[in-house]
Amino acid sequence: MKMPISAMIGLVLTGAFLFCAVFAQWISPYPLDAVIGGVWEAPSERHWLGTDTIGRDILSRMIHGGQITIFVALASSLLSFGLGSFLGFMAAVSGGWVDQGLSRLVDLMMAIPSLIVALVVLSVLPINLTVLILIMGLLDSTRVFRLSRAVAMDITVMDYVEAAKLRGEGQSWIIFREILPNALSPLVAEFGLRFIFAVLFISTLSFLGLGIQPPLADWGGMVKENKDGLIYGKAAALMPALAIALLAISVNLVADWILSRTTSLKGGRGG
Amino acid sequence: MADLLEIRNLRIEATSYPPGEAPRDVVLVDDVSVSVAKGKVLGLIGESGAGKSTIGLSAMAYGRGGVRLTGGEILLNGRNIRGMNASGLRALRGREVTYVAQSAAAAFNPAKRLMEQVIETSLIHGIMGRAEAEKRAVMLFAKLGLPNPESFGTRYPHQVSGGQLQRAMTAMALCPKPDLVIFDEPTTALDVTTQIEVLAAIKDAIHDTGVAALYITHDLAVVAQVADDILVLRHGKKVEYGPVKQIITAPHEDYTRALVSVRSIDHVEKAEAPPILSVQNVTARYSGTNFDVLKNVTVDLPAGQTLAVVGESGSGKSTLARAITGLLPPSQGRITFAGRTLNAALKDRSKDDLRELQMIYQMADVAMNPRQTVGTIIGRPLEFYFGMTGEAKRKRVQELLDQIEMGKGYIDRYPAELSGGQKQRVCIARALAAKPKLIICDEVTSALDPLVADGILKLLLNLQAQEHVAYLFITHDLATVKAIADKIAVMYRGQVVRYGSKTDVLTPPFDDYTDLLLSSVPEMELGWLESVLARRKMESAGN
Repeated sequence: MKMPISAMIGLVLTGAFLFCAVFAQWISPYPLDAVIGGVWEAPSERHWLGTDTIGRDILSRMIHGGQITIFVALASSLLSFGLGSFLGFMAAVSGGWVDQGLSRLVDLMMAIPSLIVALVVLSVLPINLTVLILIMGLLDSTRVFRLSRAVAMDITVMDYVEAAKLRGEGQSWIIFREILPNALSPLVAEFGLRFIFAVLFISTLSFLGLGIQPPLADWGGMVKENKDGLIYGKAAALMPALAIALLAISVNLVADWILSRTTSLKGGRGG
Repeated sequence: MADLLEIRNLRIEATSYPPGEAPRDVVLVDDVSVSVAKGKVLGLIGESGAGKSTIGLSAMAYGRGGVRLTGGEILLNGRNIRGMNASGLRALRGREVTYVAQSAAAAFNPAKRLMEQVIETSLIHGIMGRAEAEKRAVMLFAKLGLPNPESFGTRYPHQVSGGQLQRAMTAMALCPKPDLVIFDEPTTALDVTTQIEVLAAIKDAIHDTGVAALYITHDLAVVAQVADDILVLRHGKKVEYGPVKQIITAPHEDYTRALVSVRSIDHVEKAEAPPILSVQNVTARYSGTNFDVLKNVTVDLPAGQTLAVVGESGSGKSTLARAITGLLPPSQGRITFAGRTLNAALKDRSKDDLRELQMIYQMADVAMNPRQTVGTIIGRPLEFYFGMTGEAKRKRVQELLDQIEMGKGYIDRYPAELSGGQKQRVCIARALAAKPKLIICDEVTSALDPLVADGILKLLLNLQAQEHVAYLFITHDLATVKAIADKIAVMYRGQVVRYGSKTDVLTPPFDDYTDLLLSSVPEMELGWLESVLARRKMESAGN
């Protein structure tokens, strides 16, 4: 199938972001914390994106910050998908009180806005990467639970799942071998969207000062550090904001493409 | 030439998008010519994919889902309607040509009363005023034998039965006084006992109103009752076209002969033997209801033989299968299998109980995981029950594939790459892999074309002879029952109304329900419908 141009752009940009994140230590021109110039210098040959509020190179910090942002978002999305989809499938397969218990618990968690829960919890717990990833993963897994339960509900009523039950197969065979392969395509597409929500979420937390803590840098935190510059007409705060927007758009372009591909596959009989 | 509809050299194409391949154009219908005179009925017959519905819809110049009418002429009342502009077609559809769909339940709007929907076309086209249209609808309801024709139109679609809904749809098609009505499998989704009523109603209505009709079906015996001419189709091409009498009694082509003589398996019932499965006084209901779907059912199935469970939809025959498999534990009664009493619930049964009792489903499409290959599907029971792996498993899978007459080259395919009959064969192989003593076959041939179904039945009989496996065969099709059963249980409203050896059950004197059921099965002879109806009328007059 021919890849649409939008998906191509999305793939190239996403690939570039991932490349920068993985090899940050080697490709960033300056170290993360080195003060190497004046305050809020304009972009120049030495500092492509200028310098920040205390004279650090913005490009270098953005490359390092991207690594942290993408790592935290990816880890929490993986956690939320692992947990959410497993519990969602289990609720769909088991039914009865297991389903009721899990679903009501998820309803309860979803009733409170997740940003507020995160702020309250983070103000109590020590803030480090592990805690951040755990909290974001847990909160997001409720959304994944809803989706995967709905998808799995449609699959559990299929005759092949009944055939597996009649054969005497255990819960894990039914979940991993019968349901998961058939639920994978909507979940993969959803993963792209959820990843972006995680990027926005961690950036929001950092902007509010409860996310990634100095000396580590991330995009949300960089916006916060440089926001005062906006008053003096300095563009430093816009750079990381632009990076967040660009990453969101490029990942979504890829996710859209996967979604349209998988739905066209479903159109085929039994495909 | 005064024919109402004349189709000349029709060619219909569509673009196919196979996953992972470049789109390509496929020819659905090639070089088909037919004509229908006023007041005549043309039957279009063929298996699924033969292009019969596509030709039917082309009579109103409609191509469903990207289908293109690319060649030939469609002359309706002397005008070529192929390539007519949208407003021309709009004026034509619903005024000169109307359509009766297969599933009336899906075709009616559940939120509107029947009368509104039946007269809608007449009002939109301004053919008649509301009062006149309603009067005509009531007249049609009466003609179609619907109860209380005066008030029938005030009901909602869910308040009437499937057979009544199908007749209401016929009334809807006839209301705007069209010249031509297209009937697309109007009785296929109905039980035989309902089918005969609807068939008679449609036939009378066609006759009385003098419209011409295209009657699309896969059942030659049905079309023989209503059509004047028959066009036999296969793979979008004409096989044979002629008057109904010639097609039924003296078909020229081999394919037509095969259709006429289908279900010609001659099965002699086996002698009595000790039962492998014994269902005793089983009563069952679904949780949350207070209605018994099974009432005191008692049947025996001898080892290596076939018990056919027949009945219309809702008679509880599939529920009986669920009770035996343990999916719906019975509230009362006992099920003994291979000399031991089966635990009521599935989760309490031993692995051997599960292994020896296998099941084959109606829809092979959804009975196999689309993401597993044929090798995995058939191999899993081998691995699960016998611990077979690697080369030994693959070898056994291939043996099973040979046994179901599929041969080499299928083991690594996915279900989507198989035809309907092949899918059902793979399901049979999966059941067989467990070396069962009993296989429950739930309507396994109902979704298949007659010739393919015939092949499956022959395969099942061969396997029974080789493996000495017993079948509990659930079906609504009496021809299938005659072809394979040793014992028969007739079910009606959750009870077994007649039970015994095949000869006993099919020999008079009958109870009322069995009589109704047996006499409703269409037979491939002219005038069968009239003779059955005449006999029923006489009997009811005699009572």
